[in-house]
Amino acid sequence: MTILAILIPVTLLMGIVGLGAFFWTLRSDQYEDLSGDAERILFDDDRPLPAKNARPPAKFKETTP
Amino acid sequence: MLNNRSDDSAANARPVSGSLDRAETRASMRHLKNGDGHIVFSLPGIKCGGCVSSIERALNARDDVVLARVNLTLRQASVTLAGSDTDPSLIVDNLARLGFDAIPTEMGDSDTYPQDTTGRLLLRAMAIAGFGAANIMLLSVGVWSGAQGQTRETFHLISALIAVPVVVYAGRPFFASALSALRAGRTNMDVPITLGVILALVLSLFETLRGGEHVFFDASVTLLFFLLAGRYLDHLMRERARSAVTGLARLVPRGAMVRQNDGRFAYVRLTEVTPDAILSVGPNERLPTDAVIVTGATDLDRSLVTGEAMPVTAKPGDTLEAGTLNLTGRIEVRVLRSADESFLAQMIHMQTAAENGREGYVRVADRVARLYAPVIHILALATFAGWMIMTGGDWQASAFVAISVLIITCPCALGLAVPVAHVVAAGRLMRMGILMKDGSALERLAGIDRAVFDKTGTITTGTPIIGVVPTDPAVRSTVKALALHSVHPAARAIVMRLSDRPAHIQHVNDVPGFGVEASIGDRRARLGRSDWVAEIANGPAGTASPAFAFEGDTAVSFDLTETLRPGAIKAIAMFERSDIPVTMLSGDIADRANSVAGMVGISDVQHGTTPAEKIAMLDALHRKGHRALMVGDGLNDTGALAAAHVSMAPASGSDAGRTAADFVFLRDRLDAVPAAWRVARDTAGIVRQNFGLAIAYNCIAVPLAVAGMVTPLIAALAMSGSSIVVTLNALRLNKSEPSSPHATTSVDINQVPA
Repeated sequence: MTILAILIPVTLLMGIVGLGAFFWTLRSDQYEDLSGDAERILFDDDRPLPAKNARPPAKFKETTP
Repeated sequence: MLNNRSDDSAANARPVSGSLDRAETRASMRHLKNGDGHIVFSLPGIKCGGCVSSIERALNARDDVVLARVNLTLRQASVTLAGSDTDPSLIVDNLARLGFDAIPTEMGDSDTYPQDTTGRLLLRAMAIAGFGAANIMLLSVGVWSGAQGQTRETFHLISALIAVPVVVYAGRPFFASALSALRAGRTNMDVPITLGVILALVLSLFETLRGGEHVFFDASVTLLFFLLAGRYLDHLMRERARSAVTGLARLVPRGAMVRQNDGRFAYVRLTEVTPDAILSVGPNERLPTDAVIVTGATDLDRSLVTGEAMPVTAKPGDTLEAGTLNLTGRIEVRVLRSADESFLAQMIHMQTAAENGREGYVRVADRVARLYAPVIHILALATFAGWMIMTGGDWQASAFVAISVLIITCPCALGLAVPVAHVVAAGRLMRMGILMKDGSALERLAGIDRAVFDKTGTITTGTPIIGVVPTDPAVRSTVKALALHSVHPAARAIVMRLSDRPAHIQHVNDVPGFGVEASIGDRRARLGRSDWVAEIANGPAGTASPAFAFEGDTAVSFDLTETLRPGAIKAIAMFERSDIPVTMLSGDIADRANSVAGMVGISDVQHGTTPAEKIAMLDALHRKGHRALMVGDGLNDTGALAAAHVSMAPASGSDAGRTAADFVFLRDRLDAVPAAWRVARDTAGIVRQNFGLAIAYNCIAVPLAVAGMVTPLIAALAMSGSSIVVTLNALRLNKSEPSSPHATTSVDINQVPA
């Protein structure tokens, strides 16, 4: 039963880490647009969000049919 | 063009047209601390990820845009502009080219993006409760599977250490609501919830210290978790409806073009427009406040203000109410009253004064709670007394059983019964293009016993059409050519109706307030007010309908008729068939009111009603104990919308009307009204079933609790079980969409005697 003395704190710690991660997502506005984010995964341009004031290179400006 | 699809829809979207629009757009921009500008546009037209991606790609490719991000849920685009002097109306033009109407939203003056704080609070509370529930359940499972002695006591202790802070934090929304209800001398559903949760916690703490066998930490925390989930969904639904309503185009401008000392006109915010200032109001702009015309003649659309369907002409000296739409000519007006004393402000004042239709309405859940709370509290007391007698004064055992009765009757399923059903119903309504402000509106809509409709803009579309057209092709083509040069609704109706090729005309002269004059070959022709046309031709002068004539010829008149909203006849018939009497309240003249009423089959008509009379009539209905549904769009309906038991407005209605109404329907069809009513009744049925299920569960669980046979395991199973059953039952609302609403019912309508 001494194993419990290790396992229970470990469980709680894992829970708290998860909770902390959730709060981080909440704080960084990740629940503001749930349906939009679900669609964004389908955008086929594999590049990060445009940098400030930088036009994307011409070859990436393809149009979707 | 970045996207092929957008070309098709581009015709519908409106670029920024007038100087007022441009100035308003610029005024909605906020200046960030780093010198950039920030503006949020509402984009009602975006539907899917494709729109999101094409907008973001187009805007982010612009040099003047630092970052553009579209929120699909709220249908908004948040755009950061490089430098604070960038013109945001260029963005609106760009969006219009892509096929999207963009409406700048007023975000307030703060530097931070407005956040949904209540939603975050609920979400955070739910996360904490979820964390607590999962961990305590883990320990409880150990106890239920037979942990004994020291191990069990340790598990209880750890559970207690988790549960106390979790309940204190996650229970706050319920505790606060219960406390404020008790302070006001009422009870609501949160009172038994709070009592159950707190007693479960206190009893379990006591048992833990005593080394007892049964603790209810898991029950109290899981209960909070379920209820918070219901409450968060409820909040999300309201937030979405709110953002959709604020995203609709504002009809009354927030500012005006005011003449400065040097004679030029500059944009001034409405709050700073003072009486006697001279404003310039262009075609297609609305009067921001009450004013009198100084120079210029024009035609006015007063349909939103008074309910008059047909445009009227105006000349210097005429007084105009705030909200009147200027149609044809540019006019200069002198402000009579400041904006907070204008006609518009009076209407809003009447609205706040008239909100007694809802007075005394108690939500279904609270009505149930008023019956339920005393019953379970008495039951718990009786259990305590009974056990004291049976056990010969063992107060600890008696208290344990009595509190377990309170825990098991803690209305988890009852607390979820209403919000879950309402969230599902709101989703279904939104798919039908109907926005619902809150759950109470849905309950009130289910209980209506009569319906009151406004005429102009509600039963009718507000855009007139031409009844009879001339047969002579020369007349037709000339009329079409002349009509193309005017923005008057009658001219637009003529353009819509005549499919002829416009004739070739010269010397076109648009005379605001009168009509259009031009020459074809060497012959003059006029289209416009009948007495103005009669100056050059023989024909009936002084009729209300617009006329057309070649010089020296006989005038032809074009009779305007109102068009019914699609689905209007069906909507009225559906109410009549369900034994809900329908009344029409119109601010328009008797002739037009009666003819529209005849077309849709309403026998009870009141015409020429003032806003105050409309309120008085709904008040009278309320006093007689009737529960009336009011459907209206205009400023003159605002008070009536608030005075009614429940109200509905079309998205095309006035800003004030949309704010006052409980429901807003976004599509053109009027049968959205009976459709919403049907959903409301279905929902009320599901809510009743849910209450039935929750009470049935209590009927099984309470005798066990009273007998002292409830263990924490049974409590946990019963609570989760009943909550899941109630939620599943509410989801049935999605399934019961009417099978084929158009094919079958339209046949029935024809059989209804008109």
